[in-house]
Amino acid sequence: MNYVIIGNSVAAVGAIRGIRGVDDKGNITVISRERHIAYGRPLISYLLGGLITEKRMAYLPEDFYEKNRVNLLLDAEVVGVDSTRKQVKLAAGDTIGYDRLLVATGGDPFVPPIEGLAGKERIFTFTTWDDAEKLKGIAADMERVVVIGGGLIGLKAAEGIHLLGKQITIVELADRILSAAFDRPAGRVVAKKMKANGIDVITEDTVVRIEGEGARISGVTLKSGDYISCDTVVVAIGVRPAAGFLKGSTVDVNRGIVVNDTMETSVKGIYAAGDVAEASDFFSGQKNPMPIWPDAYIQGDVAGTAMAGGKKTYGGGLAMNSIELFKVPTISMGITNPLEPKEFDILTYQDMENYQYRKIVLQDNRLVGAVLVGQVDRAGIFSGLIREKVDVTPFKEQLLAPDFGIIHLTKEIRNTLFAPYGKVA
Amino acid sequence: MKRIYTIEDACIGCHLCEVGCITEHSQSKDPVRAFLHEPVRSISRCTVEELDGGVISLSTTCRHCDEPDCLRACISGAIQKNDAGVVRIDTEQCVGCWSCVMACPYGAVQRNLAKKKANKCDLCPDRKSPACVDACPNRALVYKEGSQK
Ligand SMILES: Cc1cc2nc3c(=O)[nH]c(=O)nc-3n(C[C@H](O)[C@H](O)[C@H](O)COP(=O)(O)OP(=O)(O)OC[C@H]3O[C@@H](n4cnc5c(N)ncnc54)[C@H](O)[C@@H]3O)c2cc1C
Ligand code: SF4
Ligand code: SF4
Repeated sequence: MNYVIIGNSVAAVGAIRGIRGVDDKGNITVISRERHIAYGRPLISYLLGGLITEKRMAYLPEDFYEKNRVNLLLDAEVVGVDSTRKQVKLAAGDTIGYDRLLVATGGDPFVPPIEGLAGKERIFTFTTWDDAEKLKGIAADMERVVVIGGGLIGLKAAEGIHLLGKQITIVELADRILSAAFDRPAGRVVAKKMKANGIDVITEDTVVRIEGEGARISGVTLKSGDYISCDTVVVAIGVRPAAGFLKGSTVDVNRGIVVNDTMETSVKGIYAAGDVAEASDFFSGQKNPMPIWPDAYIQGDVAGTAMAGGKKTYGGGLAMNSIELFKVPTISMGITNPLEPKEFDILTYQDMENYQYRKIVLQDNRLVGAVLVGQVDRAGIFSGLIREKVDVTPFKEQLLAPDFGIIHLTKEIRNTLFAPYGKVA
Repeated sequence: MKRIYTIEDACIGCHLCEVGCITEHSQSKDPVRAFLHEPVRSISRCTVEELDGGVISLSTTCRHCDEPDCLRACISGAIQKNDAGVVRIDTEQCVGCWSCVMACPYGAVQRNLAKKKANKCDLCPDRKSPACVDACPNRALVYKEGSQK
């Protein structure tokens, strides 16, 4: 059996382990257009800010590829897939045949056509190790930076640049930063901390024109008419599934590559996992992209297992983010900001002075979401309660307690978790 | 694989498992030095929880899961499962992002705020049986072959 995996990041790693869990004979070929072996993509802001060295970028133990007998092709871009001949085509011209194909190509940063952007030199995106390297390379004569987009990637870029001692303004279209994961109070806590650190956060506005002569940037003009002077712009508006090379194939692509609950696409033998895929959502079952690291791993594992003939099904994507910004830890998961609050039972605790906030979202006595700011310890217990759809009625009053723990669950739940073999022998 | 099981009815809430764990993961491996004299006291990897003033208590710890959620969430690759099934954190590699804290359904990863590193049970690589199990005076913790749940 010949397995070919396009992309060499976390979804690919989950898939390699998934395949090898079932089939230790088949040939695995991994193709990546990057020149690095798998690295912690979320670590690029740590690298930029000088918090870690290059050595610590490596995501895997050194012997991983060898131990799993992976044929790794770096610096090789796939430009086409021929599902009839079962071949992928590389930019260099050669083709590689497959029996099972996994598309784990993640997302490409999206750069909208902003006036004045074309031809400017210091416009960056921030999704790869090389992006971080480039920004670091010009750090010496960078002074003021505008980051367009206050989502996860924009904030991470801002944090890295801030650590380099530069002035930053974040421009966000929504009414708060991190609107996808946070509700208003949580967004406010973090924005407050950022402002305290000297970072300007402008909301409900956007960049309409990049100013400057020739390749040089002198500033940006906002929709509101405001002008911010700067010499560098980071565009972090979002990522789009990196599936362009599937054009002309019969693989069904919506907002991502549409997959079933074994991660198989509309074409038999072709699978997709990670940021590029659109799989079912944990709550609604509707197809949804879920561009987070843990989910990419899980999808990769499911795909790899299925490709090798094993059985595992995807339990649905559950959003979860652990983001520490300017020393305020935050963890959010599930439904944090329901559109129809009436259908939910929402508990909150707030202490803005001390950067503390907790929110619990319940539906039909089941936990469906949580936001923790400040005190985030043992947050995972909540993710377990969400996934297992546990009825929280007996301990609902305790859910907001900062020391909420296993002991607050019922003995029955605890016994299934910890002591399957009855009482003391 | 061998795992640590909690028998809550036998737990007397004495916290000696935590003392054992902290001592084992100290520099001196001596309880008094570990608690009083070492510059940074290590953080216990097992957690004794109490309710109703100690009427109910139990010690919780890592399950060394078959499919560890902590490992899958870890953005730096610091968490790996070895061939024997033991799930460990490479503290050097850890960046303190708390993704593992977010993901572990057992609440078994601690935050070491002084070092900004995650902390979890390593099943005591230098011992035959984990320190917490050996420290428990009432055998409320047992170390034996068994499944995750
Ligand atoms: C700055 C930053 C911070 C982040 N922080 C977090 C965080 O804290 N927590 C979290 O959960 N998530 C975070 N994310 C998101 C997380 O990194 C992604 O969800 C995750 O990397 C997705 O993994 P993946 O394997 O699907 O794809 P990716 O990691 O995107 O990897 C895909 C790979 O495929 C390669 N590729 C693409 N097309 C081709 C082609 N045609 N031929 C060959 N190779 C190709 C790409 O170059 C890339 O190397 C962050 C992302 C960024 C950019
Ligand atoms: S830390 Fe939690 S998720 Fe990780 S192996 Fe232990 S119990 Fe499982
Ligand atoms: S805190 Fe450390 S061990 Fe935990 S997920 Fe982050 S990098 Fe991995």
